[in-house]
Amino acid sequence: MPPPANQPNIRVVTLNIDGQDLSAREDETIIEVCRENQIPIPSLCYLEGLSVWGACRLCLVELAGQNRLLAACSTRVAEGMRIQTNTERLQRYRRTIVELLFAERNHVCSVCVSNGHCELQWLAQRCGVDHVRVPYRQASYQVDSSHEMFRLDHDRCVLCTRCVRVCDEIEGAHTWDVMGRGSDCRVITDMAQPWGDSETCTSCGKCVQVCPTGALVKQGTSVGEMVKDQHFLPILARRRHTI
Amino acid sequence: MSASPKIRVATTWLDGCSGCHMSFLDMDERLIELIQQVDIVYSPLVDAKTLPDHLDVGILEGSISSEEDLEKALEFRRHCRILVSLGDCAVNGNVPAMRNHFKLADVINRAYRDNVTLQPQIPSRGVPALLSVVKPVHGVVGVDVFVPGCPPSADAIWYVLSELIAGRRPDPSSVTRFGA
Amino acid sequence: MNLDDLAELAEQFRAADPVVEREVRVCVAASCQSSGASPVFDALVASLGDGKPACKVKGVGCMGLCSAGPLVSVADKDGDLEGSVLYRDVAPEDAEDIVASLDGPPLERLRCATDHPFFARQQKIVLEHAGIIDPNSFKGYVAVGGYAALIQALSEMTPTDVLREVTASGLRGRGGGGYPTGLKWSTVAKMPGAQKYVICNADEGDPGAFMDRAILESDPHRVLEGMAIAAYAIGASKAYVYIRAEYPLAVERLQTAIRKAKRAGFLGNKIGDTQFSLEVEIRLGAGAFVCGEETALMASIEGLRGQPRPRPPYPAESGLWGHPTLINNVETFANIAPIIREGGEWFASIGTENSKGTKVFALAGTIANTGLIEVPMGTSLRDIIESIGGGIPGGKSFKAVQTGGPSGGCIPEQHLDIAVDYDSLKTLGTMMGSGGMIVMDESSCMVDVARYFMEFCMTESCGKCIPCRTGTQQMHAILDKLAKAQATSADLALLEELCEVVQSTSLCGLGQTAPNPVLSTLRYFRDEYEMKLGGG
Repeated sequence: MPPPANQPNIRVVTLNIDGQDLSAREDETIIEVCRENQIPIPSLCYLEGLSVWGACRLCLVELAGQNRLLAACSTRVAEGMRIQTNTERLQRYRRTIVELLFAERNHVCSVCVSNGHCELQWLAQRCGVDHVRVPYRQASYQVDSSHEMFRLDHDRCVLCTRCVRVCDEIEGAHTWDVMGRGSDCRVITDMAQPWGDSETCTSCGKCVQVCPTGALVKQGTSVGEMVKDQHFLPILARRRHTI
Repeated sequence: MSASPKIRVATTWLDGCSGCHMSFLDMDERLIELIQQVDIVYSPLVDAKTLPDHLDVGILEGSISSEEDLEKALEFRRHCRILVSLGDCAVNGNVPAMRNHFKLADVINRAYRDNVTLQPQIPSRGVPALLSVVKPVHGVVGVDVFVPGCPPSADAIWYVLSELIAGRRPDPSSVTRFGA
Repeated sequence: MNLDDLAELAEQFRAADPVVEREVRVCVAASCQSSGASPVFDALVASLGDGKPACKVKGVGCMGLCSAGPLVSVADKDGDLEGSVLYRDVAPEDAEDIVASLDGPPLERLRCATDHPFFARQQKIVLEHAGIIDPNSFKGYVAVGGYAALIQALSEMTPTDVLREVTASGLRGRGGGGYPTGLKWSTVAKMPGAQKYVICNADEGDPGAFMDRAILESDPHRVLEGMAIAAYAIGASKAYVYIRAEYPLAVERLQTAIRKAKRAGFLGNKIGDTQFSLEVEIRLGAGAFVCGEETALMASIEGLRGQPRPRPPYPAESGLWGHPTLINNVETFANIAPIIREGGEWFASIGTENSKGTKVFALAGTIANTGLIEVPMGTSLRDIIESIGGGIPGGKSFKAVQTGGPSGGCIPEQHLDIAVDYDSLKTLGTMMGSGGMIVMDESSCMVDVARYFMEFCMTESCGKCIPCRTGTQQMHAILDKLAKAQATSADLALLEELCEVVQSTSLCGLGQTAPNPVLSTLRYFRDEYEMKLGGG
């Protein structure tokens, strides 16, 4: 989300999304305009209030006259754009991307504390993923339960880096980061020390609330009990950026 | 009552908890309606001992964990026109597949040696050999309809069967999901 | 300083060693060094002793024919490679004989013909000084006319004039994408903002590619001069060379070059007594292939995790620390000085309609003459491989040539007559890339080739975007199954589908082009894939 506008030279443009004529400030991104107008675009790394990451590729949309797809989260609107958000091609790509995610780590929904409150689970249902065609990778990942209030389960992590960004941009602690390459990537606290030993973590729990899956959860939760609340984020982000 | 012949259905459970079959039974009074349109010719719920030929619908619960699961799945595929993966174990491996992180020998030792105090031994007779990797059903045979859920609700199963009876291809993602 | 002053300086440097008439030039670039050029150099120095004051042993850059290294050439002081006597596979024991032959006829037993097509068919612009000058010598560079283009630009041209020449030259980015250089420069020049940056991308990472390394090891000042001209044209005062740490020799020579150029007033404050200043700093890459992607490269320079970000905004608008930034590759910068010196029109007269100038290629794989060549754009692949490269050794037949590294593809025999340029390669489903050419003979299995490149992309994926991170892994798994004859036709169909998804949805070029080796081998060698199908 850009800082609250105080810029005098921002113009308003009109564009067409899925056949609807819409107006938007020219500093808005496609996904912001879509969210304002209840046009559903799936996304995983994008979260209102955090910087744009552009990594999950689920919010890709088609722009008329261009074969290359655009990420709705990182593309600003422009006058006269004609955008399609839900073509057969996009549906197919999204389905495959969600399948790839499920096959990457071990998302066993039935025994997950976030079962029923998980963005990945919803995405699978919305994108029509009723099974995963690619083989499961079966890699082993650790669980870090060293923090007295929270728990990290790498098996459920989709590497969206919402935790990294909220900790850095909103809390200002930068406890989280990512290490490794490719599928060996994992989120880490401090210099890959156990979370409970972190000297920078303020135990604010924002990372847990923004985590889309059951990767970051509260201790003491059982299957389906971890309900997250992200309403604080746009408000805090707004306050932080107006200071 | 319809004059068209009844649809011949077979079901079985592979490596699962049989919860999906319990959920099937949760259809309650709708079972009576169902039984007017389908013949359950083979199932843990009925008495038949061999799988008949030329079935319309085969329903598999559970994942492919042992030689026997594999054989059953192959047999169902050969005999059934439409094969349904019922429940998360069949669809994605679910809990049975959680052993895939470990070596099979370690898993067996854990179950039959490490945790047994009296005469620990590994069973070798009368039980099917375990496969080294647990797979969802579509990992070994082609599957036509996927009904995720742990277990899928009775409503979801009812919807899927009704659609199949009506000759349509159901879209279960409207009524169920992984872990539902 | 004006051009006359510089010419005087060059004359001074040339006259500094008036007794020396002939030079014994030993290639001291990485390839010949790895085959033992250093002991040869020492042996030649020892053999020459003080006996022949008119002769001098000189370390020089790449002469091109790496497979015949260590290479030594004996030439008149101002002579070029073609006019020299070239010796191949020189051992330290040969030093005495070479020195003894200096006064008489050449030493036939080591002689390597320089009228061979490998040398005769090349046209050297980028590599014009490679193998002739000492890469560690600032004076040597100035003596052959170095820095004249920079002084010409600073003293006789406005930034707009420079942009006009570069645009007129039709030069396109040599890093792979082929974006018009003049357009890129003009865009950055027009961006508002007092702080702008120039970056030289020397993070050459394609398997089998060593063009940039050779350029930096052979003629580092040439790259610096190009960067300085670029900085002048766009209004930058700070430049970075992002070079991979795996190129220690290139790094060392570049450091020396920067230090010497700065001391002589060709870099640093008030270059050539004008108001133009440029600080050049080296940043070392830590081994990640993805850092060759411009946004990842900039993140790395900034000290962040080297991973790409969505574009736009392009670096021209928002680059290093959010400032307008010009990023070009080593070879692109090495083309600048001649363009300024000879004019854009001259450069545009070389090459094809849409691809001007020459291109440096690294010939590798099963080909007789492995090494570095520079040919005009539009030279046919057949010429490059059969004539210049000397064809396939060992009586085997040609199967395919892989261009463009892990982002490129394989070209089969039936397309060998194509004229190589940016556009023609694209139509064949591959790309120019940075210039690596890996030649394969009949014994190569194309599924293995695809698997190799997919493994490369999989291990080099930064892990940021899902399609590249997990898609390359799944594609690699299928290719592995195929190579082991365990895959089914359903696997092959899934592979093709994954190719499409990864290509269309990945965040950066690495992922978007990762399927290319699979797609191109499927296009030309589908039968090999189908023959591998097993598993029922």
